[in-house]
Amino acid sequence: MSEHLLSIVLFTPLAGMLVLLLLPGSNKNLIRIWANIAAAAGFLVSLPLVFRFDKNAEGFQMVERYDWIPALGVKYYLGIDGISLLLVMLTTLLGFLAILSSWSAIDRHLKAYYAMFLLQQTGMIGVFISLDFFLFYVFWEVVLVPMYFIIGVWGGPRKLYAAIKFFLYTLAGSVLMLLGILTLYFQHFEQHGFYTFEISELLKLDMPLALERWVFWAFFIGFAIKVPMFPFHTWLPDAHTEAPTAGSVILAAILLKMGTYGFLRFSLPLLPKASIDPWIVQVMAALSIVAIIYGALVSLMQDDWKRLVAFSSVSHLGFCTLGIFALNPNGIAGSVIQQINHGISTGMLFLIVGVAYERRHTRMISEYGGLAHVMPNFSFVFAFAMLSSAGLPLLNGFVGEFTILQGAFETNRAWAAFAVTGVILGAAYLLWLYQRTMLGQITNPKNLRLPDLNLREWAVFLPFMAWALWIGVYPKPYFEVLEKPVAQLVERVRPDYFAQHALAVQAPAPGAVEAGER
Amino acid sequence: MVNFLDLIWLIPLFPLAGAVTMLLAGRRLDPQPPSEVALAPGVAAASGGNGHGDAHGHHPAAPGRFLISLIGPGTVLLSLLFSAGAVIQLAGLPEKVHEVVKYTWIPAFFFHPAGGGGARLAADFGFLLDPLSAVMILVVTVVGFLIHVYSIGYMGHEGGYYRFFGYMNLFVFFMLTLVLANNYLLLFVGWEGVGLSSYLLIGFYFHKKSAGDAGKKAFVVNRIGDAGFIMGMLLMLATFGTVRFVDVNAALAGREPETGFGVLSAIALLLFIGATGKSAQIPLFTWLPDAMEGPTPVSALIHAATMVTAGVYMVARSSALFALTPQTSFLVAAVGAATAILAASIALVQNDIKRVLAYSTVSQLGYMFLAAGVGAYWVAIFHLYTHAFFKALLFLGAGSVIHALGGEQDIRRMGGLKDKIPVTYRTMWIASLAIAGIPPLAGFFSKDEILWQTWSSPLGSKALWAVGVVTAFMTAFYMWRLMFLTFHGRPRLSEEASRHVHESPPVMTVPLVALAAGSVAAGWIGMPKIWTWFGEGFRLFEHWLAPVFAAATAHWHAHAEAHHDVSIEWALMILSVVIAAAGIALARHLYLVRPDAPEAIRQRAAPVYNVLYNKWYVDEIYDFLFVNGLAKGGGSLLSRFDAAVVDGGVNGTGWLTRFTSTLSVWWDTWVVDGSVRLIAFTVKMFSYPARLLQTGYLQSYALVILVGVAVALGYYLMR
Repeated sequence: MSEHLLSIVLFTPLAGMLVLLLLPGSNKNLIRIWANIAAAAGFLVSLPLVFRFDKNAEGFQMVERYDWIPALGVKYYLGIDGISLLLVMLTTLLGFLAILSSWSAIDRHLKAYYAMFLLQQTGMIGVFISLDFFLFYVFWEVVLVPMYFIIGVWGGPRKLYAAIKFFLYTLAGSVLMLLGILTLYFQHFEQHGFYTFEISELLKLDMPLALERWVFWAFFIGFAIKVPMFPFHTWLPDAHTEAPTAGSVILAAILLKMGTYGFLRFSLPLLPKASIDPWIVQVMAALSIVAIIYGALVSLMQDDWKRLVAFSSVSHLGFCTLGIFALNPNGIAGSVIQQINHGISTGMLFLIVGVAYERRHTRMISEYGGLAHVMPNFSFVFAFAMLSSAGLPLLNGFVGEFTILQGAFETNRAWAAFAVTGVILGAAYLLWLYQRTMLGQITNPKNLRLPDLNLREWAVFLPFMAWALWIGVYPKPYFEVLEKPVAQLVERVRPDYFAQHALAVQAPAPGAVEAGER
Repeated sequence: MVNFLDLIWLIPLFPLAGAVTMLLAGRRLDPQPPSEVALAPGVAAASGGNGHGDAHGHHPAAPGRFLISLIGPGTVLLSLLFSAGAVIQLAGLPEKVHEVVKYTWIPAFFFHPAGGGGARLAADFGFLLDPLSAVMILVVTVVGFLIHVYSIGYMGHEGGYYRFFGYMNLFVFFMLTLVLANNYLLLFVGWEGVGLSSYLLIGFYFHKKSAGDAGKKAFVVNRIGDAGFIMGMLLMLATFGTVRFVDVNAALAGREPETGFGVLSAIALLLFIGATGKSAQIPLFTWLPDAMEGPTPVSALIHAATMVTAGVYMVARSSALFALTPQTSFLVAAVGAATAILAASIALVQNDIKRVLAYSTVSQLGYMFLAAGVGAYWVAIFHLYTHAFFKALLFLGAGSVIHALGGEQDIRRMGGLKDKIPVTYRTMWIASLAIAGIPPLAGFFSKDEILWQTWSSPLGSKALWAVGVVTAFMTAFYMWRLMFLTFHGRPRLSEEASRHVHESPPVMTVPLVALAAGSVAAGWIGMPKIWTWFGEGFRLFEHWLAPVFAAATAHWHAHAEAHHDVSIEWALMILSVVIAAAGIALARHLYLVRPDAPEAIRQRAAPVYNVLYNKWYVDEIYDFLFVNGLAKGGGSLLSRFDAAVVDGGVNGTGWLTRFTSTLSVWWDTWVVDGSVRLIAFTVKMFSYPARLLQTGYLQSYALVILVGVAVALGYYLMR
């Protein structure tokens, strides 16, 4: 069993879905209960990954490798490193919580709804653990389908527009990415004489810079749309806003991370020369910084609660991509931690909108106000999420943000100086949102009798809050699992980065090195 | 004997435990009346006003409330005891430093500092007790405890009692973390945390829009400073590879002061930007007066005695750095002096008792930065420490007045209260003398020392000193204007207020008396050197802090001693006392002797008055430029850009796709398929004649066959 742990984690939700399809559709509660059981099981089976993970091991762990389509050189090849581990855990836990949060929010076509969510879980986990580019691509596309239906069937008033936009936009990106993948595939045949999609094999490619650049841009289109980076972000506010709450949570918390993960797993290691190409790096950093400031400013002026949160994602993901293209250990590690953080904070923020929406069926900020009087617990949870998102120290956001800023500062001080304005604006749009919805007097009589959080809603929020606090107060385990993969990544892109250090040890700079070794 | 030194990490944790208890269990201990819950428009007026409700008299002494009154101040008292124990033990240590590291909080990765080599981004949950943090924890816990006790009375009739003490305890936790941190990053934790508590407490009466606005403004303006602080830490990391105080100071040791504006000046400047936010200095001071929306004990603790002094503490903590950067230090002094006089000028004409005190706080903080800027770090801390007593007392006294009047805050509607609330009057009287700088009260010693240092330090100047003296005059004037208008003259109270007047209960007046004692005597451990008839024990404060600032003062001290001229110092001291007395006398003349004079002056000097009354229009300018201009204006512009251009591009692509596909459908229908159908049509046309043959009638076929056979037979037969 244990050597198939990753497969078990991967297919548990799918198995849950298959059983779900056999259940009688008329018994709604049975379907709900089963879906929750399946999702909880999906999370529980992923827990052993944490305990078995060896943070000192180089490379990938818990590897499974079998032939799948031998004629094409396609393998069923799974494995994780620290980066995948964190994202997989994020997926399994948040997937469960998202399903739990849907209990009373969804009342139509329950069976299909939960089936889509479970299918999506498998797709997302697959993306994060595939070590074969073809397999990765399959999962990457699998994810699109359930999300398309989730938005299109259970979404808000403009659901069809949003669903189609989401589907076509991301599909267009992935087609270009496929071209990039095929380029590598054929290049590998030319250079090594056999066809393969294995990442470990493709790493041996040695391509001219010009070709790497082309492939980089092809990947870029695929990943940047997914992240989304400015200016490819406009599918996001529509999709997030129209999706049902749980859909928005999954979209923001996990689906977006597929893009950043793509950069980390494929663009950087497979295209190291293009990744440090000064021009490309400058463009990446500029787009990230624009996203940070632009996303925050646009957020500030939204009058739709959910759309505001959606735009804040653009800003936060800007930090993540900035960290990646700082191309140093702290930037990249900060980026991964911030990806987890964003999943937690923005996941919470969407759930919060969901709680309000379920009670009032409107997302307009002006419809609310003074909710703290009638929903004190809710307003507390919202404040918590807001502070976590705004990067208050001792909560999760700060650890990621500061580490990213340090990484960015090391590479280019101006980047950090621009990015740090996002910290100010982040506080501004969140506090203003909070004031307009929670504080003041209740001006709308419809808000006078709103019930506070119920037990199930607490059960959804508490894990988020606990996790946010854990990362904020004791982030050490996260840095530990990231140390090896991040060092490997930096080593791959900038082979001289740590070599400079070796030199420096022989002639230490006063003060600096002792501090470093302390 | 308990080793308190190794337990300093517990000092912040007691109030944290209190805060957590309060916020988790508070609603059970203190069930909220439904009036706080259901607030429809119009109904809300019930707890309107300043929120200091007039539900006076009935004290819901539920046992749960009693427990809250015990936990809230009790946890702070525990911190106070542990602090006192630790400080006493610290005094016994020869090196006067004790560091306790609990664990590595952020163990991030290797990076290259700017100078080459390698370092690791790391920050500990580590606590440092040295003479400087010792002063700070004592100030925070002593003043904090007194204000907590006072709050039992002041907040006794308020809804959200548990919430109040929860937030207050949370504040004390963060404040103690701030001053006990052993590195900048952990200091920043406290720094942001006190900002959060401040936000929560300013917005305590959250049903009021003005309270929500003020809280948000405080947080966002502070964040602007924090951005500077963050950049300062990043530059510090890039320069020294560490943010630990001890390591930074070690890296600085042996460096010479910068002659131009080098990297050290840049770090110091960025940190100072952070300080201008937290300590309400130009250009980021505008949030503090608005912060008076919070309950008065909050103003006393957070916005007068402790949190706002965090910037001064941070600069003093970085003294080794600032001492090497004459340019930034000059800027610190100049900003301090400018803030001092600007805020004092505004305080001259304000009518809200708390606003006067708020501007006074801004002004006094300016003094502290002036001292720090001229290299007199211990004096800055000395003034921080004396100010904590008399300003906390002034705010609590103001709170007692407001309490007595059932929520009235406008000093024009007060007057003649001195016999009605005698304890409040007498204690505030002491505090007002102290802040005006009348010997031998606490404020005199610290302020006089600041002025002297500004005059004599090689980093100071006569111009800065002059600004300080003018500010001292204004300070004496506005404080005594406030005193005379509030307590003397004929009563101008509203009917309702005058029925209501009563002295506060002992739970409030005892802290007032305790703080008054501090306002009198706190300065006696920092007497001027020229008062030679007092022994060195009366100069304990400077000696106590000397080890902390030794590195910083080493650069400038030699000069300072050379400048020391006893007769000038005496002359200046006498001058400053005369100035203060003159300020008081003028206030007395204008507001007691000739009460109609101020109105006449106001009308004659209307333009000046309006500028001061409207706070130099700084808020309006900021709103115009930054809030509405940059943020909201930029935001709406970009939103429209996003919808029209960026998303327009996407939708345009969609439209183009649909358009071309419509075109294709047309082409396909009429051209591609059209040609196919044309061929079919042609064939069909030509097939018509043939179709005539194919009728499907058997008889016709038989006839044709018959005819055919007949024709064929005929042909063969005829041949």
